[in-house]
Amino acid sequence: MLTTPIAGFPPATILRENHMAKLKVNGAIVDIKAEGDTPLLWALREQLGLTGSKYGCGIGQCGACTVLIKGEPVPSCMVTVDSVDANDDIVTIEGLSKDGSHPLQQAFTELDTPQCGYCIPGMIMSAAALLDSNPNPDDAAIDAGITNICRCGTYARVRKGIKRAAEIRQQEKA
Amino acid sequence: MKNERINVSRREFLIHTGLAGAGFALGMKLPLGSTAIAAEAGAETATPEINAWVVIAPDDTVTIRIARSEMGQGTLTGLAQLVAEELECDWSKVTTEYASPAQNLARDKVWGSFQTGGSRGIRTSHDYVRKGGAIAREMLIQAAANDWGVPTDECSAQKSVISHAPSGRTTTYGKVATAAAKLEPPFDVILKDPEDWTIAGKPLARLDTRDKVTGEQVYGADLALPGMLNAAIRTCPVFGGTVESFDAKAISKRPGVRKVVQVGDNAIAVVADTWWHAKSALDALPVKWNEGPNAKLSSAEITKMLDDGLVSNDDVFTGNEAGDAAKAIKGAAKTIEATYSYPYQAHACMEPMNATARWTRERCEVWCPTQNGETALQDTAKAAGLPAEQCEVHKLHLGGGFGRRAIHDYITQAVTIAKELPGTPVKLLWTREEDIQHDHYHPVTKCKLTGGLDDKGNLAGLHVRLSGHSIAAVRWPGMVQAFNGADPLAFQGFVEDDMLGGDHSIGYSFPSLKVEHAMRNPAVPPGPWRAVNAHQNAIYMECFIDELAHAAGRDPLEFRQVLMKKHPKNLAVLNAVADRVGWSKPAPAGIHRGLAVFKSFASYTAACAEVSVDDGRLKIQRIVAATDPGHAVNPQQIEAQIEGSIVYGLSALLYGEITVRNGRVEQGNFDTYPMLLIPEMPKVEVILMPSGDFWGGVGEPTTVIAAPAVLNAIYAATGKRIREVPLKNSGLKIT
Repeated sequence: MLTTPIAGFPPATILRENHMAKLKVNGAIVDIKAEGDTPLLWALREQLGLTGSKYGCGIGQCGACTVLIKGEPVPSCMVTVDSVDANDDIVTIEGLSKDGSHPLQQAFTELDTPQCGYCIPGMIMSAAALLDSNPNPDDAAIDAGITNICRCGTYARVRKGIKRAAEIRQQEKA
Repeated sequence: MKNERINVSRREFLIHTGLAGAGFALGMKLPLGSTAIAAEAGAETATPEINAWVVIAPDDTVTIRIARSEMGQGTLTGLAQLVAEELECDWSKVTTEYASPAQNLARDKVWGSFQTGGSRGIRTSHDYVRKGGAIAREMLIQAAANDWGVPTDECSAQKSVISHAPSGRTTTYGKVATAAAKLEPPFDVILKDPEDWTIAGKPLARLDTRDKVTGEQVYGADLALPGMLNAAIRTCPVFGGTVESFDAKAISKRPGVRKVVQVGDNAIAVVADTWWHAKSALDALPVKWNEGPNAKLSSAEITKMLDDGLVSNDDVFTGNEAGDAAKAIKGAAKTIEATYSYPYQAHACMEPMNATARWTRERCEVWCPTQNGETALQDTAKAAGLPAEQCEVHKLHLGGGFGRRAIHDYITQAVTIAKELPGTPVKLLWTREEDIQHDHYHPVTKCKLTGGLDDKGNLAGLHVRLSGHSIAAVRWPGMVQAFNGADPLAFQGFVEDDMLGGDHSIGYSFPSLKVEHAMRNPAVPPGPWRAVNAHQNAIYMECFIDELAHAAGRDPLEFRQVLMKKHPKNLAVLNAVADRVGWSKPAPAGIHRGLAVFKSFASYTAACAEVSVDDGRLKIQRIVAATDPGHAVNPQQIEAQIEGSIVYGLSALLYGEITVRNGRVEQGNFDTYPMLLIPEMPKVEVILMPSGDFWGGVGEPTTVIAAPAVLNAIYAATGKRIREVPLKNSGLKIT
């Protein structure tokens, strides 16, 4: 049994004092204590506990770690902490909506898109950027905009989900 | 997991990341089993279970315990539907939790099998999980009847409400649960006719979707326990090689590093405060390997072994024999021969291998994704050097499994590392490179097929010689021993109903047939891989049948139909896809079609692929896939499994290839081991045709069906037969 007291956990990571950075994550200015060459992904996951951004490859291939930086979809494993300006807006899956109500989250829920679900936060972040730049993407735009890997093969419902989210978005705006 | 929300005081824990002062904290649900927490919280506060499967809280919340693992295939929801169906509970109040492997041991295996593989989750437990629900329902009704002083047969239950019609009284499950829990369970119960199902058989939404779209789902890779350290590991890149030496001092001053640990004889782990610190220190660690006897092993050498198996008589086993195939082929008017090959392939689950372990002299606990909680507990105990009774495995949803997480090397490693830091939880997470280079691979095989056609173009005899790696010989030697040295699984799809439980029977009646397997086991670890050997066997059989049909000048559908006459269910799925595409009429201009039909994991599957090949550019346009899984517990999830399994199969067909040079895997990440992406995904049309008198698998069977159909369609398009997987080596450009 887990015998450690449950309330008042010490942080899961022991931070070094001498490396500090400020980041703007999901609207809040936060202090990061990590070497400047630490990939943003690991700062998000291990310093901020934002584990919705997943580690899948570490080389910017799979998209599971996708976050938005200044609105652009970026594999956070490929961006170092010190390359991000303190004023650059970083949005992770946790900051996409307060209650899972982003049109993509609604659409993916409605269609039961996720299977194992591990790629889904990154998939949603890539799709969110696509919808921001193209409110009504056709198949070709989805093909060009979504390069995330899903090993469960949810692509058909991802495609449907993006189109459905586009509809929800337009209904919400109307 | 949804179940973690039901009783906040004892099931939901918030881990603050220490940044609360910055106004930034994340609530994370810690997936601990209810039994563990109940014990900790004091058993008297726990809601009593009605039986092992069902726990009902005073607010009518129903918690259904699930022994199998959720890895995307939807078993969690499907099994819950089966229990809930018999329980007659309100589906909107259902949550789930994993049964505890340690409790299962303590309670004489009350939850049956934990194994999540072979597409068995539902098909081999539907009976006892439904009984679990039915028994709980009877106990709840009995408790209400006792309370009212009326006979039980005057009471009925629906949607968690118990009614006594003569008096008009009603109560709810939550109100009588405590009393019901104290009753003796009925000796026997009658299960509902599937015709009467209202929860099972319906296309209900999955129970695990919400947390997966918000990022709240905690996978093993995401786990954070208080005081936890992180480990990264590097295993000797050469199979069978060992650690010769390493220089821990070289990295001891790097940030956060706590310990450098040799793990077994072949791996080194660095333990640090964060995983990133551990991983970057490990990258800088000088290690010398003793590369051992396989230092020169190469794919070319492996191919030679397989080629020998195609012609040699050594270590050859017969899996099916009818009539005298050799004689029939010799006397045939026309003889056709072809050799196919299928490479090693990696599972590449999106979530790399990981496990978190905490070890003390008295107890060892592991938190991990696993396809088998029961063997995970045994493997934990073995690595911990403790009796299983002093261990526990806390299961987390898997970020992909596909057979890989039935093998627990990562648990053994995590426990071995945690033993060096008694009392401290240590999370081991593999890099993607470790995952690709230290997999237990889809076996490599070749297959030579020889067919004889009579002067009327009918098949007279077929000889199939498989040559290649046996998973069972390496992983389940007991099975091979029981079959006098043969690996029965090598013959998936090629055997009669009396082999392999009838799950993988051949759907053709050939006038004569011989199927052999020359076992050739190179020093690359093989393992079960979604659909196991059905994958290559479907290609071998279905592409060669296509070759025979063309050689006979006959239509590939008609050629199959004749041989399949005595197998109505196989024939039904084949005809269904042919009808849907309009096989009897010409395809639209530029579109070419191919067929395949196969039975595996007790389900009947068929596909028609439509492809175009323009200037050497292949586009898989459409796959029409039919399956008859007997009973369909959640039709919309079956559809999702078919779509997804076809992607898995097509990724393998297009790109899947692990090669070996100097004893090590040449690929390392998704740049060198690519996957099918959204633009290459064909339109998939699913024909679900459950015939209702058996229970077949869902997760695997359709994995195998698209690849042979596509290969046959490419032949239809080009007149060129491709007999080697993957297609990236074929000269075709994949679009």
